[in-house]
Amino acid sequence: MCGLLPPLFPRMNAMTTPTPIDIATFEALKQTTGADFAAELADTFLAEAPAMLAELGRARDAADAERFRRTAHSLKSNSMTFGALGLGTMAKSLELSGVSAVGRGDVPSLDELAAEYARVAAALKGLAHG
Amino acid sequence: MVESNRGAARVLVVDDNKVNRLLLSRSVELQGHHPATAENGRLALEMLRAEPFDLVLLDIEMPEMDGFAVLEALRADAQLRDLPVLVTSSLEGMDSAVRSITLGAVDYLNKPVNPVLLKARIAATIEKKRLRDELKAMVRRFATSQVVQDVQESGFALGGKSVVASVMFADIRGFTPLVESQSPEETIDLLNTWYTLMFDAIQGHDGVVNQMIGDGLMAIFGAPVPLDDHATCAVRAAIEMIDLVEMFNAERESAGKPPIRIGVGIASGTMVAGYTGTSKRATYTCVGDTVNLAARLESHTKEAGRAILIDAATREGIGNAFVLESLGGVQLKGKASAVEVYAVTL
Repeated sequence: MCGLLPPLFPRMNAMTTPTPIDIATFEALKQTTGADFAAELADTFLAEAPAMLAELGRARDAADAERFRRTAHSLKSNSMTFGALGLGTMAKSLELSGVSAVGRGDVPSLDELAAEYARVAAALKGLAHG
Repeated sequence: MVESNRGAARVLVVDDNKVNRLLLSRSVELQGHHPATAENGRLALEMLRAEPFDLVLLDIEMPEMDGFAVLEALRADAQLRDLPVLVTSSLEGMDSAVRSITLGAVDYLNKPVNPVLLKARIAATIEKKRLRDELKAMVRRFATSQVVQDVQESGFALGGKSVVASVMFADIRGFTPLVESQSPEETIDLLNTWYTLMFDAIQGHDGVVNQMIGDGLMAIFGAPVPLDDHATCAVRAAIEMIDLVEMFNAERESAGKPPIRIGVGIASGTMVAGYTGTSKRATYTCVGDTVNLAARLESHTKEAGRAILIDAATREGIGNAFVLESLGGVQLKGKASAVEVYAVTL
């Protein structure tokens, strides 16, 4: 944990809504691709995301700015697909600002990102299979 | 169009992110097309070079080889440069979009891609490719693929350049009495078969048929695309032409029709090759003494009673690859002095 955390997630509180998934976005995904497919896609995301979070941590610890940026970029892309706007915004912030921080050898905390992901995962499971 | 069902296209989805690959493939599938996937640019290029596709949906941010490198590789590849690419990316900023379009992408769609926009873009891009494929197919009926490639790579401009190549003239012996003895439909049928066989033999040895005149044709070996062994290719093609005519005659004989005979003249050397005509209608051709000599040699096959005649330069070009018979110096029409002529022994 270091003092860089607040600037990395400047709008995090504003984006962290009571429902971590934008329902309209997820409903549109279901409608466009079919409910079964949307559920499978959500399961794929939930299966891949923990590895992405772990990869972010490893890239940060290895001060590998490029790997850090690429992983944050991928997490952002997936989050936005499911309407996980808060998680997507946090990942975008890491993609844009985290690179210079990692490059400088600073170590941004990923705790809040992990916490937001936990909220997203719970909500997404409910929406996909509920 | 690479189709299995009418209107269905083959689309390659290139993305390192599994969720994106699945989602884009689903969108493609729901439009009635056939998706295939690649996890990075390197794998995508391997697939594109191995099998035909109609459209690529390309991510930019990928390990091993990113989307920009794929666009550059496609642009440098004559076989793939016309393949339409839609970039789908969530990279921030305008620079990536500008760079993608500059490198030849049809469009740049931000992820998550709006499904309605994606559907419209896929449909429009595939339709545009279908129309372009149709146009290309039509152009190839009137110009050879080598000429089409030459125009695509170098641009069209009237004018010529000096090339070293071999020229072949061929025609059907005694065609006029044959025409008079059969119906017009039979004549057209005969010509179509003859041209099909001759095109196969000539193109199979890297030659280009650039003129068809009645029952005769002119072919070039070594232009517009240079060919190191142009003389050997020309003679091999001529021998195959004779063989094919023999097979064709066997069919004609069983149908109670008279056989046909052909004569082939080949000359090699320097000639002027290029586009002649007007800016609206032009043809690719070769002119010069070498071309005239090939035409005279073809004409002389009747008097010489030989199927294939070549000049001294062609003989020099083929080395000892064929059995030849020297006919000595022959005074050909239009030539100031006698020309060394050789018959290819079949």
